[in-house]
Amino acid sequence: MNEPPAQHEMNSSPSDDHGLVSHVVPAIVLVAVFAALIVLTGITLAATWVDLGPWNLVVAMAIATVKAALVALYFMHLRYDHPFHGLLFVAALVFLALFLVPTLQDTVDTEPAIQQFREATSPGLPKTSP
Amino acid sequence: MTQAATSSHDSSGHDHPPFLAHHYETPKQQFDAGKLGMWIFLVTEVLFFGGLFCAYAVYRATHPEVFIYAHQFLDKNLGALNTVVLLASSLSIAWAVRCAQLDQQRALVACLAITLALAAVFLGVKYVEYKQKWEHGLLWAGRYQAAESAETANHAAPEAHHAGNPESAPRDVGIFFSVYFTMTGLHGIHVVAGMGVIAWVLVLAVKGRFSSQYYNPVDYTALYWHLVDMIWIYLFPLLYLIH
Repeated sequence: MNEPPAQHEMNSSPSDDHGLVSHVVPAIVLVAVFAALIVLTGITLAATWVDLGPWNLVVAMAIATVKAALVALYFMHLRYDHPFHGLLFVAALVFLALFLVPTLQDTVDTEPAIQQFREATSPGLPKTSP
Repeated sequence: MTQAATSSHDSSGHDHPPFLAHHYETPKQQFDAGKLGMWIFLVTEVLFFGGLFCAYAVYRATHPEVFIYAHQFLDKNLGALNTVVLLASSLSIAWAVRCAQLDQQRALVACLAITLALAAVFLGVKYVEYKQKWEHGLLWAGRYQAAESAETANHAAPEAHHAGNPESAPRDVGIFFSVYFTMTGLHGIHVVAGMGVIAWVLVLAVKGRFSSQYYNPVDYTALYWHLVDMIWIYLFPLLYLIH
């Protein structure tokens, strides 16, 4: 195995000697985030008792996103971390949206035609949409 | 990686600590490189699960009545319990990273052990849920043979009474369970894999391999575990709390 010659000749800046720990999340922050996550879970459950029509889904997803953001920012250190890691994660979400939105748009656009065809070709079938 | 790090430790590398692989100049560089790799892996995981979330969205858009009817077979209480268990495990592994950063060896071992135990509890609850579904014939499309209506099957959820009688059960209910088993199953596989990695990190922690100078596997494992938690945060309302 090729050993690099004398590592101490490498020009290392003083900050390298401080090791890896750039930020330690305070204990109180960890506990507070956990408490917030539990409370938000409770709110998600409670929200199902209220009939908001299509907004139930929106509320549930909004709360889930707040919870996911808390996990990402504090438990996963993104708030204190190198911004590039955050950029990577946001890029994943952008591509996820790029995947979901056009697919759903296509579904919404073509579903009525599919239903029409279905009902025209097999009249006995119950409707699949209310 | 560990072997390479060990073998690079010889008499000439007195400022080259045993945990530092020979192709890195500093522990910081090694840490950052691994962390970048982990984040890129997490990006692929998001898109991996994204395919299933997309399938969920399309089926729910085209068969809303199936989702409203079938979700009542799921036990909300067990789902909520598992949410709390997984959130607690996220807290304990975040705390493990903190312990490693502060050179608290015993607390690090304790936090990792707690995380592993909570992951096992999650799988235990999941087993109970799968067993109930299996016994009631609530299986994926093609094997779906529900013997009873949603109301009688799920007596644990008293609010499940607005479904109407069994005759009003929509067709293709198995679609919901195909989506349910695929999404929770893939998530469960991730929990099992996570438990394997956490157990490995736990063994290294017991051996005292980690310190504030080197805790890379603890940090990367925690990142992965938080992502598994994050996916469940979405799965719980999408599968159990349909309104």
